[in-house]
Amino acid sequence: MIRDITIGQYYPAKSVIHRLDPRVKLMSTFLYLISLFLFKSISGYLIATVFLAVVIKVSRVPFSFIVRGLKPVIMLLLITVLFNLFLTRSGEVLFHAWIFTITEGGLVTAVYMAVRLIYLIIGSSLMTFTTTPNELTDGIEALLYPLNKVRVPVHEVAMMMSIALRFIPILLEETDKIMKAQIARGADLESGNMIQRAKSMIPILVPLFVSAFRRANDLAMAMEARCYRGGEGRTKMKPLCYRSRDYMAYLVMIVYVVTVVVIGRFVPLHVWIF
Amino acid sequence: MDMVQTENLVFEYEKRDEEGNVIGASRAIDRVDIDVKEGQFIAILGHNGSGKSTLAKHINAILLPSEGAMWVNGRNTSDPGELWNVRQSAGMVFQNPDNQIIGTVVEEDVGFGPENLGVPTDEIWQRVEESLKAVGMIEYRHHSPNKLSGGQKQRVAIAGVVAMEPKCIVLDEPTAMLDPVGRKEVLKTVQKLRQQKQVTVILITHYMEEVVDADKIYVMDHGHVVMEGTPREIFSRVDELKSYRLDVPQATLLADELKKRGLKIRDGILRKEELVEALCQSN
Amino acid sequence: MSIKLEHLNYVYSQGTAYEKKALNDICLEILHGEFIGIIGHTGSGKSTLIQHLNGLIRATDGKLYYNGENIYQEGYDMRKLRSEVGLVFQYPEHQLFEIDVLTDVCFGPRNQGLPPEACKERALEALRLVGLKEKYYQSSPFELSGGQKRRVAIAGVLAMRPKVLVLDEPTAGLDPRGRDDILDQIAFLHKESDMTVILVSHSMEDIARYADRLIVMNRGTVMYHDEPKKVFEHYQELEKVGLAAPQVTYIMHDLARRGISVRTDVTTVVEAADEIMRALEKAE
Repeated sequence: MIRDITIGQYYPAKSVIHRLDPRVKLMSTFLYLISLFLFKSISGYLIATVFLAVVIKVSRVPFSFIVRGLKPVIMLLLITVLFNLFLTRSGEVLFHAWIFTITEGGLVTAVYMAVRLIYLIIGSSLMTFTTTPNELTDGIEALLYPLNKVRVPVHEVAMMMSIALRFIPILLEETDKIMKAQIARGADLESGNMIQRAKSMIPILVPLFVSAFRRANDLAMAMEARCYRGGEGRTKMKPLCYRSRDYMAYLVMIVYVVTVVVIGRFVPLHVWIF
Repeated sequence: MDMVQTENLVFEYEKRDEEGNVIGASRAIDRVDIDVKEGQFIAILGHNGSGKSTLAKHINAILLPSEGAMWVNGRNTSDPGELWNVRQSAGMVFQNPDNQIIGTVVEEDVGFGPENLGVPTDEIWQRVEESLKAVGMIEYRHHSPNKLSGGQKQRVAIAGVVAMEPKCIVLDEPTAMLDPVGRKEVLKTVQKLRQQKQVTVILITHYMEEVVDADKIYVMDHGHVVMEGTPREIFSRVDELKSYRLDVPQATLLADELKKRGLKIRDGILRKEELVEALCQSN
Repeated sequence: MSIKLEHLNYVYSQGTAYEKKALNDICLEILHGEFIGIIGHTGSGKSTLIQHLNGLIRATDGKLYYNGENIYQEGYDMRKLRSEVGLVFQYPEHQLFEIDVLTDVCFGPRNQGLPPEACKERALEALRLVGLKEKYYQSSPFELSGGQKRRVAIAGVLAMRPKVLVLDEPTAGLDPRGRDDILDQIAFLHKESDMTVILVSHSMEDIARYADRLIVMNRGTVMYHDEPKKVFEHYQELEKVGLAAPQVTYIMHDLARRGISVRTDVTTVVEAADEIMRALEKAE
């Protein structure tokens, strides 16, 4: 189950997208996500689809890998679609049974919503597939840097994120070990009702927390021993710097957003699917 | 020149009852005097809870003396103005390989120390490369630490310390959680560093085989230094070592057993070659 | 009690890019009351092997018989198997979780469905067996020293009254005396009860001192399965796979090479001292 989650993972490959500055990728993802909500016509969706397809192609991340990332959110997707399908009442009634009514408008909204959500997930996971966790935290730190002025501890937050990324796999492995050990002592983690099952997690959670605290303590000591004293006076081994391809990427992004908004909003290409 | 020196070092911690009230103090280190010269290889032995790790943490100013003083490279660790100088001159490697690696990529972890010291970017890269070469991990520079073996992780941790260019490296039971292959790897790396960089090494351990090459050994028990001398001097006192819950190398143990059975054999045998030689001569 | 493994195979992440053969055609038989030592470097498959013995890992291929019954057959009672084959993991103190020592040790018997009185009785018996002082029974397990915690964790498995006790490096991270204490305690348990003991260790010296039979694992296969003396005769082959014989074995080989007529199949210090004295006296 845990292995199925590909969101947030890094997919090593050699592509222009991988080489882009993380700030570019963060900003572009953000812009793309917003753009999805700025149009309402088929033409807009067409452009957004083509753009996404091109980026996927260029990124060299296999399409199947991307699709796998959608699996864990299928439930969420279905719920949203069903809500839109049954609760939107506009246009011709296509289907009616008992309390369920599907209208033309509902169907259209549901389809659009599904497409938006899927693109949203693909778009953001494409960013994590092509950006190492470190670049990502560096990028976030750099982009949020202005917040430092209003006393937001940006460096500390970024450091915490990167430490979390380092320790998540270790703690997952540890959880597996503790579970096995308790099963070996006869623990039953599978049967019983909700309360019993929640109770049966105690022998796993307590040791896990104890271990996490021990690790945190050790790590804090190790960081201090290596002269860590916050972000002040710190230099960077891999400072971020924009190259020409990054400016190009920004330009492409701006062109895309302008196109999608102008065409998607003002070219009335309302071709219904049926 | 003195690299590490203590004078009447005492470390006390408060004992608390269940409500958190102080009910007394417990001495983890009790009037310890040690003296380490520049370039020496010093070993501190002792069972778990003997105070050896507590002492090690003083060298890096993670802990500060309750009484007495500790000098590192001529600087008093209790002086707040010297804190970062002390930590930079005495690097520290800890027991658990997982809990001291901060970076998600090997080279970035090695760069962590120099980054904190404010070293310019170009020089960080240079130092990272050099340190990774020194510990023989350069080909793993782009790897994730999670995929490495215990011995490899410890070598990365050592590289992280070396990149800060310390004068002295303190290793606090670096091999306790490793398998025999990993232990050998780490010890070889430490030996190599000593030869290449003339760095002072303080090794804290309970594996006797690791300290036969030391210039001097301190044995600790209940917060005191109870034995002090060269490996040969220390290991000729087998029964005393055993009384401090320690163990001696099998060659030494066998020599001792033979002596007890009435064989005349010289004192202070450390290595199997020495024992074989001594036996062949007496024959 | 007997455990028999027939052509056991285990493949990690089968069908993915990370596929790795962890166990390769293992055939073994462990008999009632034996003290078995398992050695092998990290990644040799020894931890995977022992997790098969109580069904925590299911073999991808092959059969495992416990008391003649195939544990992979439909409807086999795995929970009963797990209470009969007690497995103590590496750093077992990391699983302690209860408010006091006694309650923690009761966890196993409670899972077996025993009434509270019987649980307590078994827990007390187990704590006595591991030699923990009574004054600690009501303490929080997190307040104990490393060696004491480990005893409590081992007691937690013993309280289930297993017929086979499997220990994965029970001395890792302990100091020399703590190590000897735990091993002596295990040897004592083996002698007192009729339990079969399977001990995984990195220390050839320890294994040589305690085990009747030795299983050497290498790259997912059984390289040797014999008495320690016979296994350590192959010290050169052992070195090739990153293992070694006890130091005294090397000393004996060196002495023999230098013309002192000693037996070379010696694995413990006391034995070596006796043998050298005998050889030297004979030479005079």
